[in-house]
Amino acid sequence: MRIVVWVTEGTWQACVDTARDLPATAVTLVHVIDPDTIEAIGGARAGLLGRGLTGDAGTLAALTDGQTRLLDAAEDRLGRTARRDPRHGRPEREVVAACAGADLVILARDGDRSRLGPRSIGPHTRFVVDHAPCQVLLVWPDTPPDPATLPPPHR
Amino acid sequence: MHLDAAAGLLVLAGVLGFAVARPRGLPEAVAAVPGAALVVAFGLVSWSQVRDEVVALAPTVGFLAAVLVLAHLADEHGVFGYAGEVIGGLSRGSPRRLLRLVFVLASIVTAVLSLDATVVLLTPVLLSTATRIGVRPRPHLYACGHLANTASLLLPVSNLTNLLAFDASGLSFTRFAALMAAPWLAVVAVEYAVLRRVFAADLGTPAPATTPAATPRTPPPWYAIGVLAATLAGFALSEPIGVHPAWIAAAGAIGLAVPRLTSTPAAEARRLVSAANLPFGAFVFALGVVVLAVRAGPVGDAVDHLVPGHAGLLGMLGAAVLAAVLANLVNNLPATLMLVPLVAHQPGLVLAVLLGVNIGPNLTYVGSLATLLWRQVLHSRDHPPGAGEFLRLGALTVPACLLAGVATLWASLRVF
Repeated sequence: MRIVVWVTEGTWQACVDTARDLPATAVTLVHVIDPDTIEAIGGARAGLLGRGLTGDAGTLAALTDGQTRLLDAAEDRLGRTARRDPRHGRPEREVVAACAGADLVILARDGDRSRLGPRSIGPHTRFVVDHAPCQVLLVWPDTPPDPATLPPPHR
Repeated sequence: MHLDAAAGLLVLAGVLGFAVARPRGLPEAVAAVPGAALVVAFGLVSWSQVRDEVVALAPTVGFLAAVLVLAHLADEHGVFGYAGEVIGGLSRGSPRRLLRLVFVLASIVTAVLSLDATVVLLTPVLLSTATRIGVRPRPHLYACGHLANTASLLLPVSNLTNLLAFDASGLSFTRFAALMAAPWLAVVAVEYAVLRRVFAADLGTPAPATTPAATPRTPPPWYAIGVLAATLAGFALSEPIGVHPAWIAAAGAIGLAVPRLTSTPAAEARRLVSAANLPFGAFVFALGVVVLAVRAGPVGDAVDHLVPGHAGLLGMLGAAVLAAVLANLVNNLPATLMLVPLVAHQPGLVLAVLLGVNIGPNLTYVGSLATLLWRQVLHSRDHPPGAGEFLRLGALTVPACLLAGVATLWASLRVF
């Protein structure tokens, strides 16, 4: 079984732990740098008219360093060799693209973890769940909420 | 007369277009100074008007240079790096806690050391803090970018727009701060509520089991923090004894520079001159002259007609909205230079204009429509930035911030 693990800040540990317990023939760790993060800094600099500011001020380098550290930590935690797939682009689309040829993608819920429900899945995660060209394993990043948090049925 | 107006506008468009596009990375002053010479050559502005404008702007530009040097030296003393370590530790890896700390830190840094310090010096530190403790950096960077504008309402030193309006407003440093304190808190609260909701998913991830060290590895830069605190106190205390706050900023900068000048004085002095950003000062002078030419013509008259005459609640709202629209059309520096003289007779309207020019730029996130369009053209071949998300955030925050800001400013003017 070829497994893709979406490594993203805050939830990667649960995904890697899940992958470790599965009979994988190959594991790919994918992490995506979102250009919007770079633009958040670039845009603010561009807004300072007249200051002679240029470039992205090392933003991409800082993000790439963070990406490398995160993939290192994920591979360490996995305890076996994995293929690393560092990407740059819209996260939801890059992850779907990284799933090509895989049997399973493992990703985690992000958002409201206090109750069961659709708000426990952020927009990017939802896009991947909806569009992944393989089986999807959606894990809670920590202890799942109590079943009592289930909303009452519509009348 | 109409030809004159067209010439003035054309020069202003050329100066701003150059500043937005920055061909070959040349400083903005390269077009602005000849632009100013051109409006004088056309006879749109007389030499005596130029002299008056330069004399009027000189304290502001001096103040600006001193604050830029002060922020640069605070960074060299490790103030921002230390602050990043402190909030990284205090967050204990929780993205929501980190966001609250980022809000506090970015609001204070912007207010005390100006928006330039937040954008240029603090934001990279927070990016490295976020990646180091393993939280998604995006909400925190957006917060910084937005707060650089909205949190720059508090003090005259917080934004060049405030400095430009400060002398015209006739307010003292402390009264300016007292009137703007409530609007400042209100708009920061609005920003927090919106960002917290928009980035609920990114902020909802759990803190890792192994959290970063709570105590920073580097010792606190007490000397620099002390000088900054003394400078801040000096701003409030100097005016009653007749000392312009620009001198206090300069004294603070000297206080921070002295310990660094002892080892390699020549190299350090060069760095200080570069931090003072003299081409930016030249740009402000030249832009002031070019805008003077536009303001003296029919465009100035038209804007004057739009400016409310009375600082009531509706008048202030009108002034703030007009300023925000103008800031998004031509960027907030020319908008301020254009509007402030037209409202200088009423402090309430001056402050309302500042709400508009300071909050407004968040609507397009890059300060103006021209800059936004230019960036879209620049990036159209590689990764076009996802402007949709930025614009949505701006559309959610800017109108709400303007309303909250004007309402609290109106109430403040009744109380103080």
